[in-house]
Amino acid sequence: MQHLSGIALIYKKLLAQGLTCIRGDRVLFRNVGFTLENGSLIYVLGENGSGKSSLLRILSGLLIPESGELFWDGKLIKPGDENYHSDLLYIGHLNGLKDDLTAAENLLMSARLSGYKVTAQTVLNALREIGVGRCSNLPVRVLSQGQKRRVALARLWLTESPLWILDEPFAALDATSVDVLVTRLNQHMVNGGMAIITTHQDVVINAQFTQNLRLDS
Amino acid sequence: MNNAWITVLRRDLLLALRRRSDVATTLFFFLIVSSLFPLGIGPEPAVLSSIAPGVLWVAALLAGMLSLTRLFATDYVDGSLEQMILSPQPLAFLVTAKILAHWIVCGLPVVLLAPVIGLQYALPNDALLVLVLALLLGTPALSLIGAIGAALTLGVRGSGLLIALLVLPLYIPVLIFGAGAVAASQHGMSAQAHLSLLAACSLLSIVLAPMATAAALRISVE
Repeated sequence: MQHLSGIALIYKKLLAQGLTCIRGDRVLFRNVGFTLENGSLIYVLGENGSGKSSLLRILSGLLIPESGELFWDGKLIKPGDENYHSDLLYIGHLNGLKDDLTAAENLLMSARLSGYKVTAQTVLNALREIGVGRCSNLPVRVLSQGQKRRVALARLWLTESPLWILDEPFAALDATSVDVLVTRLNQHMVNGGMAIITTHQDVVINAQFTQNLRLDS
Repeated sequence: MNNAWITVLRRDLLLALRRRSDVATTLFFFLIVSSLFPLGIGPEPAVLSSIAPGVLWVAALLAGMLSLTRLFATDYVDGSLEQMILSPQPLAFLVTAKILAHWIVCGLPVVLLAPVIGLQYALPNDALLVLVLALLLGTPALSLIGAIGAALTLGVRGSGLLIALLVLPLYIPVLIFGAGAVAASQHGMSAQAHLSLLAACSLLSIVLAPMATAAALRISVE
């Protein structure tokens, strides 16, 4: 993909220190810390309810941790940090799609909202990459769960963000789509990107450096 | 104008266009509520024209309130709100696009319909004109203040009623100056002071409401 060439030149890193998350009166995790550099990948592992999604929401800035700090490019990340948000792509449990808009409209609008330079053609290409090109003019309401997920994930073909935070990206996907997604992640890694992923599936992504972050108490 | 801001505005307008029934509900509510009073009170022009300013403004407040619950609720449920918060644009800025879309869809039609309804209340021409002007200046404040309530009650059960309790007291100044403007012109006085105060309400809300709404939205998604 032509628009990815710039990423490898940007050297940035994400540093997390002493992250603690308390939901209600339950401690989900305590003192989680790591460093994530260009070309490396973190798998967040743990049972259901161990706080994987909460950790990803903290890392994306949606959730404020009980204690701990996050640094991007050496600077402390504050709530609503626009500089960090322009380098980040987060896809959570929710697809962020509007049922009444078509797949193409959804993707075009969410890409524009994230500040990507896109046209109707690049959007269609992205949908084709992940195999939902034929659904581009259908309202998302009529798509299956897996197809909706793929429309949401098509943003990965439009983004220029170096840091990807993906919550269960492989859930609800068929085998072919999983392969396509793994290929895209490999490409991102080769280009010097960074990714933080939760998954329950056995997938192999070739990163220069892979860390496992286990959240079980 | 900013690309992301226009995207949010266009998306919300497009969604309103795809779900026209939602818009129609607001408008019909305004139409029906304000038509019930003449039927209930009787065709006495003097009585009708004296209650008209208050009744029309209250109907406009309630109609606007009906659609407030939907302002952020669908975005919250489908995850678009998260993506809006993670956009590189300031959230308070993007929120203004959503509020403008809400006003265009729910506020503007009421403004345009009001003179027709006003005829039922035997309002004289100059009072009708003041009514339209007052609604034009005041309804943006309703959408702006309402957005704070909508954001605060996101994800709360029975949020519709809660919004009413939160927001209606804050609508009081707009109601007083709005109805006051029409009443003043009916009594042959200048409505200028009331209209200026209405405009001041809207300007003040433009400054403060988006920031308060953005802060409330951030808390809601946690």
